[in-house]
Amino acid sequence: MITFIPRDKVSKNWTIIGPILSIFLTIFFGLLIFTFLGYNPLETLYQIFLSPFSRIDRISDILVKACPLIIVGIGLMLCFRANVWNIGAEGQFIMGTLLAGSFALLFPSVETKFFIFIMIVIGFIGGALWAFIPAILKTKLNVNEILVSLMLVYVAMLFIDFIVRGPLRDPMSFGFPLSKPYPEGAIINKIPFPAIGYLGQLHYGILFIILLIPISWLFVNKTLSGFKINVLGAAPKAAKFAGFKQNTITITVLLISGGLAGVAGVIEVSANIGQLQPEVSFGYGFTAIIVAFLGRLNPIGILFAGIIIATVKLGADNAQMSMGIPKVVTGLFEGILLFFLLTGETLQKYKIKWSKVT
Amino acid sequence: MDALILTIIATSIPLLLAATGELITEKSGVLNLGVEGMMLSGAVGALGAVLWLGSPYFGIIAGGLCGVLMASIFSIFTINFMTNQVATGLGLTIFATGLTGLAGAPLVGKTVPSLPKIEIFLLSDIPFFGEILFKQDFIAYLSVAIIIFITYFLKYSKSGIVLRAVGDDHQSAHSVGYPVKKIRWYATCFGGMCAGIGGAYIPLVLTPHWSEGMTAGRGWIALALVVFASWIPWRIIVGALIFGGITIAQLVGQARGWPIPSQILSMMPYLATIVALTVISGRISKSNSVVPASLGKPFFDTQ
Repeated sequence: MITFIPRDKVSKNWTIIGPILSIFLTIFFGLLIFTFLGYNPLETLYQIFLSPFSRIDRISDILVKACPLIIVGIGLMLCFRANVWNIGAEGQFIMGTLLAGSFALLFPSVETKFFIFIMIVIGFIGGALWAFIPAILKTKLNVNEILVSLMLVYVAMLFIDFIVRGPLRDPMSFGFPLSKPYPEGAIINKIPFPAIGYLGQLHYGILFIILLIPISWLFVNKTLSGFKINVLGAAPKAAKFAGFKQNTITITVLLISGGLAGVAGVIEVSANIGQLQPEVSFGYGFTAIIVAFLGRLNPIGILFAGIIIATVKLGADNAQMSMGIPKVVTGLFEGILLFFLLTGETLQKYKIKWSKVT
Repeated sequence: MDALILTIIATSIPLLLAATGELITEKSGVLNLGVEGMMLSGAVGALGAVLWLGSPYFGIIAGGLCGVLMASIFSIFTINFMTNQVATGLGLTIFATGLTGLAGAPLVGKTVPSLPKIEIFLLSDIPFFGEILFKQDFIAYLSVAIIIFITYFLKYSKSGIVLRAVGDDHQSAHSVGYPVKKIRWYATCFGGMCAGIGGAYIPLVLTPHWSEGMTAGRGWIALALVVFASWIPWRIIVGALIFGGITIAQLVGQARGWPIPSQILSMMPYLATIVALTVISGRISKSNSVVPASLGKPFFDTQ
């Protein structure tokens, strides 16, 4: 029998070992399931985990794919630290994109790239407004934020579908549900490298992450607000005694995470799509939940987690093309990974003791 | 009119079953957000079993078993390894979405025979009511039986009272000598079974073929139904019928060409869920007694 004994203090070793061990256990169990369902495990292993590294342009595509995951993940980090369960980032991503995109389409001849900054601000507002609904319901009426934020994902998906097929459809799109293309000023360019040209789809949106990670690190580790968020999540009673305004914190983290999800949408669409279409997100909002946990709710961890998960996503695309495995299998790995990561969290706090069944 | 009411009932049965199962799980103090995942696995399991073994009744068994299997995974992690229940439940749904996508890929494009209707002798001849209530399929009767059983179980049986005690105060229940973890395992697996059968109902009756993510958020609506019912079993029937009604109303609206965009109509069940949660939660927060007090809190047994 296994019994758990509380540790005197949280184990630092497990903070590092946990995620690494989790990744290996996930690969092992994932491949076990693949073998069981009749797929070649070695080929699956290669396609999902290694093929994304096989060419330099593919490696830069990992960064491109990781970009929205990291931005959304950083926002969710704040929520999860405060024990606020925003699982509707997918919807906030969509609404941020939609608001900023509609705005961009009002100015068809804008050329200056400063326009992107306005779009990012509007995207933030769009996502934050969508997150404001669960925030206000949670704090005023004690409505469960998990269910409300999730229901709003379905609403957002249907809403963008309606807008793109109806009011914003490009009459020149030959019946396709697409908006007009964004103006020049709303497009994020690819980064040109001397002598080699472009590296895959690598674009200037990456710069936002380079800015976001240190800022968010300072925010959670060095500011009073960051400290309050941590206390509220770890010890809600202590937060109450200390007189922290729980509702203000809840609303703030939801608005920031919704806003960042919106920004992620703006960057993703401006860099890679350049117009509005019914599907803009491809599950980034949900995957970012895993990214936030794999990164141990820590900005630097989330950077690496985003890259790892993006690799698996791209690998799954490759596996779909070469082996006919449906793309949703990434969920299989993500789910198992989350199980082990959470177990790792328990092992940070408890020691295992093996004993014979009596 | 009969036909319309029958479709509403059929639409509400998966919600009814999944919500009833989750109610028992939550009464034991476990919040399993993996209902959507358990329903999906029930759906794919049922389809596979029917294609393999022929009879739709095997689909019910397979659906239930798949649900229990998923609930067991959830139980190992949350109950034994004391992981965060919210995150683990999300993980279960994400995991099951991937797993069913993979397992369901060979089933795409195949259809299964639907669950036969069982007429109850004499009663089915009653005009109107006979048609609606006594010419249903096996799962429909089963779900009503489960609701009646659950109501009795929670109110009058000793095991039911122990289950509630575990959900309300696990430390006290433990110190009196009740096996908290074991009881939670059973309750979670019962929830998984119900969700699995509810999921099985979707391909067996509603749409007889596999498509990825075919539960379309029903698991989440079922979770909301438990809150809507304020943890009282019979209210789940009311809630499930209301949601079934809204779902069918918007479909009828789309078919008859109401002057509202179809996407806006499709939002109705989700918006109705938010409205229902808001109305009910406001009331619940005033009288806190209906929510199981230990809901969502991991239990650590000091030996």
